[in-house]
Amino acid sequence: MATAHTRTLSRLMIAPSVVMLLAWMAIPLAMTIYFSFQRYNLLNPSRRRFAGWFNYEFFVTDPAFFAALTNTLVLVGGVLVITIVGGILFALLLDQPIFGQGIVRILFISPFFIMPTVSALIWKNMMMNPVFGIFANIAKSLGLQPIDWFASVPLLSIIIIVAWQWLPFATLILLTALQSLDSEQRDAAEMDGAKPVALFFYITLPHMSRAITVVVLIETIFLLSIFAEILVTTNGGPGVASTNLTFLIYARALLQFDVGGAAAGGIIAVILANIVAIFLIRMIGKNLEA
Amino acid sequence: MARAMGLRRRIGFTFLAWGIGLIVFFPIFWMLLTSFKTEGDAIASPPLLFYAATIENYLEVLARSNYFKHFMNSVIIAGGSTILALIVAIPAAWSMAFSPTKQTKNILMWMLSTKMLPPVGVLVPIYLLFLQWGLLDTKFGLTIILMLINLPIVIWMLYTYFKEIPGEILEASRMDGAVLWKEIIYVLLPMAVPGIASTMLLNVILAWNEAFWTLNLTAANAAPLTAFIAAFSSPEGLFWAKLSAASTMAIAPILILGWFSQRQLVRGLTFGAVK
Repeated sequence: MATAHTRTLSRLMIAPSVVMLLAWMAIPLAMTIYFSFQRYNLLNPSRRRFAGWFNYEFFVTDPAFFAALTNTLVLVGGVLVITIVGGILFALLLDQPIFGQGIVRILFISPFFIMPTVSALIWKNMMMNPVFGIFANIAKSLGLQPIDWFASVPLLSIIIIVAWQWLPFATLILLTALQSLDSEQRDAAEMDGAKPVALFFYITLPHMSRAITVVVLIETIFLLSIFAEILVTTNGGPGVASTNLTFLIYARALLQFDVGGAAAGGIIAVILANIVAIFLIRMIGKNLEA
Repeated sequence: MARAMGLRRRIGFTFLAWGIGLIVFFPIFWMLLTSFKTEGDAIASPPLLFYAATIENYLEVLARSNYFKHFMNSVIIAGGSTILALIVAIPAAWSMAFSPTKQTKNILMWMLSTKMLPPVGVLVPIYLLFLQWGLLDTKFGLTIILMLINLPIVIWMLYTYFKEIPGEILEASRMDGAVLWKEIIYVLLPMAVPGIASTMLLNVILAWNEAFWTLNLTAANAAPLTAFIAAFSSPEGLFWAKLSAASTMAIAPILILGWFSQRQLVRGLTFGAVK
């Protein structure tokens, strides 16, 4: 039925979004690449010139870069471990018959809808404050020394906050996958005398593996760009103890006005994110054919 | 016997699930509780579970700060970017779902890949362009950015919903001589409304909570609630009760919308890979 007329029309209908996304992706990215080869500081714009690989060399050899890279990996890895393990356990729990299931689900998923600046501030003040926070009060009532979270374990504190935000996402997606599990297969295995642990490892977990991969990849994309939580709690400190790559580049660009250096860092971040993105896009592409 | 075991099992799981659920929800609950305390009660040690409630904090936040302005900024930016994204995305998704070509899959995958671009990768040029064009700290500039970053998700979600509408119905209406625009308005839209509504809901949530571009591109004038709350913390110091009141008002509408959009969230954020 597709006449030449409708074909032209459908091209016209796709064109605006393609053009917009192309402009949004290509133009700024090309500018970033260009700036990354310029020595260009907004505080001294007249001394702008070609810099070769200087910005990359400078960015990569800066000790802060290595710290930020490590912090980024620890942050992403730590949150992934907590959310995947916790998400599987929570999903299994929510899949059981429970009184008031609907309300329990709401309790579990709510943190995901809280804006990052609010969740970070709730945790910073009311939970983790070393004098008045809930944790400090619990420690005191147990006769322990309260922990000064953001001073002594800044990165761990941020991992806890971010994990709290993303645990609902993992739980919800893994629960959705779990509920699509064919119960006949389970029942048959149960009849054959399979123990719950065996059931989990040989039937449930393989069934969820696809959803787990999707959660890992999507969370990684978002977690590489964690920013607000760091900004309102530790501001990257003490020193660079809780600075991730995103925050380091932000600081280069908007606090030190080093356009060239920040651009070089930006390109490094794009390359890192692309490594993850390739896998994710392949997986989703396969799904599109099915 | 089996039945009694089932019931006992069920009661056990109920306790466990409620227990863990309440722990997960606790920080939100505690913020809500703190928002009705006096500043003194808010930092009492040991913490107070029962206290004389006051709405003083809410009144003071509304009176003393520009709370309403920033709330409206959030509404305009989140709502505006969602509507713009829908206007651009609906025709694209419609066309890809109903008259797919060889390129359709590639276009979809490419659109998805733009979502993978980390924002810091383009922070520098966007900031400089905004500076040059006078778009820094404007609602218009931010609306456009948020529309662009969420456009791939919107197109994808609509595409997966439109795909589920049987094509034969469209063919039939076409046979009856319906023109294309009539086909869209009278046949497609009514069937697509649930999908469009879900997409809209998820996009409003994402735009409302976006906290990279809102923090970096706005100041006093166009700041939505994400940036307002971030700035609120520093000068107000230890005023937890007021911070809690401001935060509660900032999250309440989205939290309630979120409860209704659990399913759509899964579909939207996994690009249809998990349904």
